[in-house]
Amino acid sequence: MQRRAKKPTLAVWKFASCDGCQLSLLDCEEELLEIASSIDIAHFPEASRAEVKGPYDLSLVEGSITTSRDAEHIQQIRRASRSLVTIGACATAGGIQALRNFQQVETFISAVYATPQYIQTLSTSTAISAHVPVDFELRGCPINHRQLLEVISAYLQQRKPAISSQSVCMECKLRGTVCVMVAQGIPCLGPVTHAGCGALCPAYQRGCYGCYGPKETPNTTSLSARWKRLGTSERDLLQVYRTFNAYAEPFRQESEAHES
Amino acid sequence: MRTTNILVDYLARVEGETAFSVKVRNKRVIEAHLNIFEPPRFFEAFLRGRSYHEAPDITARICGICPVAYQMSAVHALEQAFGVHVEGQLRALRRLIYCGEWIESHALHVYLLHAPDFLGYADAMRMARVHPDIVKRGLRIKKAGNALMAFLGGREIHPINVRVGGFYHVPAKKDFAPLLEQLSWGREAACETVRWVARLPFPEFTQEYEFVALRHPDEYPFNEGRLVSNQGLDIAVNEYEDHFLEEQVPYSHALHSRLKERGAYFVGPLARYNLNFERLSPLAQEVAREVGFGPVCRNPFQSIIVRSIEMVYAFDEALRLIEAYEPPEQPFVDLHPRAASGCACTEAPRGILYHRYQIDEQGLIREARIVPPTSQNQKTIEEDLRAYVEQHLDTPKAQLTWRCEQTIRNYDPCISCSTHFLQLHLEQQ
Repeated sequence: MQRRAKKPTLAVWKFASCDGCQLSLLDCEEELLEIASSIDIAHFPEASRAEVKGPYDLSLVEGSITTSRDAEHIQQIRRASRSLVTIGACATAGGIQALRNFQQVETFISAVYATPQYIQTLSTSTAISAHVPVDFELRGCPINHRQLLEVISAYLQQRKPAISSQSVCMECKLRGTVCVMVAQGIPCLGPVTHAGCGALCPAYQRGCYGCYGPKETPNTTSLSARWKRLGTSERDLLQVYRTFNAYAEPFRQESEAHES
Repeated sequence: MRTTNILVDYLARVEGETAFSVKVRNKRVIEAHLNIFEPPRFFEAFLRGRSYHEAPDITARICGICPVAYQMSAVHALEQAFGVHVEGQLRALRRLIYCGEWIESHALHVYLLHAPDFLGYADAMRMARVHPDIVKRGLRIKKAGNALMAFLGGREIHPINVRVGGFYHVPAKKDFAPLLEQLSWGREAACETVRWVARLPFPEFTQEYEFVALRHPDEYPFNEGRLVSNQGLDIAVNEYEDHFLEEQVPYSHALHSRLKERGAYFVGPLARYNLNFERLSPLAQEVAREVGFGPVCRNPFQSIIVRSIEMVYAFDEALRLIEAYEPPEQPFVDLHPRAASGCACTEAPRGILYHRYQIDEQGLIREARIVPPTSQNQKTIEEDLRAYVEQHLDTPKAQLTWRCEQTIRNYDPCISCSTHFLQLHLEQQ
């Protein structure tokens, strides 16, 4: 008699974050029940009070590491996970809360330590890959739920996810959006930003603000020069790279180039 | 002396990380704590020095479930600072995107987070094995809310189309056509939802709450109105800080908010409903009456019914707004930043969300203050835990623990929201 194969197990973990990326899993409305029928959702506290002990075939990790407790917890999760995929800008780059990393001497951090008995927090917010090996990083603030479905399917079939590492510019071309920077002089981070959102902002008459983080080998220096010709100040250029992916290396370096 | 501790170290089916504990000694609850351990993210600190126009995109990241609420409170507070009032169709579009968020957030809570408690399932996926059509209906309602948000906002989580003064881009009248069928279906499905949840088994549990919500002269509230309560509060939003206070407690990363005069209060759907029933659309009122539900409800377990009635209203209101829509001449109102401060309160799905900003002459944020709904409900949640446990000491512990979880989930707490305003308090020390 043929025995049914055991369903693969999925775990979803949360660190410092807004919950939006794991919400993307619940936003896979009709696919959600299909996912639930082909895999065993073993740990997903936002959706279920049931829990299955590890090890897990696939762990999805949302959020950045900001406490010493979390720095230990991610080690345990890595040990219990065959594959570990980070979802979103917090988990892949430290998130907007990584802005604290630039201001270690400023008052707000020392103020935190004024009441250490109440608040436990590290002085930095770091990506998961700064702590443990990561099998795949899905970008975005927030991630795109279509891409999330692709990543889950790929890992369950033990293949590489088909996720483009091109720039947002490519998505504008595919979508047929006229370039807002060329045609209207609207400053846009599209040329240096990782694809995945579907080039939303230019389609709404707005420049890309980089919420998917840097693409592979971005030429930020050249883009910044273009922004300056469009009238952007040094101060504003620094801020432009310091948002949701501020601690991703290329954006961090470019923002520091505009520090006075 | 007999001591019982009910302790759950990671509460499921809420947004974010929290634990709770209830200590009982000699048939008295001696302690009921919501221990929010979600790490703080210090939004108020890093908003300082940023340009005013970044506030809606940055504060949206406080919460992936209710980003529109943060965007709406931010833009209204900043517009107040700059002396601008957004009217007409731009105002209508703001109500419309808020309708989408209420639908998405309420459908998530009603079907995926709250209903499984009443029917004894660990989650909606397990519930779907026995009640597939019900769960599918819930997911489809949620999808309709998301579709509305994505249509107006570009995407459902952290929309990209909201700006101070209005929107980056506004739709043409005909662009709404593909949404209409989905929204009409949703309105009927929301009515069905009310009929379904009204039949769930509810524990008898009512308390004397002070409900606080916005009240507008003739609309069910989203973005405007006075702050009122059922115990005599009636103030303009800019008097908020004269009447409400926040304090730190050692066991939680979220500040506790209270009314200076009277202590704990209650915000969210139940508060809005009790204070604004007659401003609901005729259809929403009719469905409420059909299931025997009057204008007053003081049982927080029945908030699932109220959320469902609000879904009916949100679909109804969305369809009304779309029907009356004519594209505005400009997608946004021009404004001129100046050194000023402004505040606003809007009705997030979970209740009032207060923002205040102080802006300098260059348009940079000097100071920001954000008070989310969940921090305002914390005291009431703890009082409910205390009261519920004292009334049910004979219930077996596992069952009582689950009921305690449900007592917290009645409020649809958003823990991610609640921990993000810690910074301001610390700096005052």
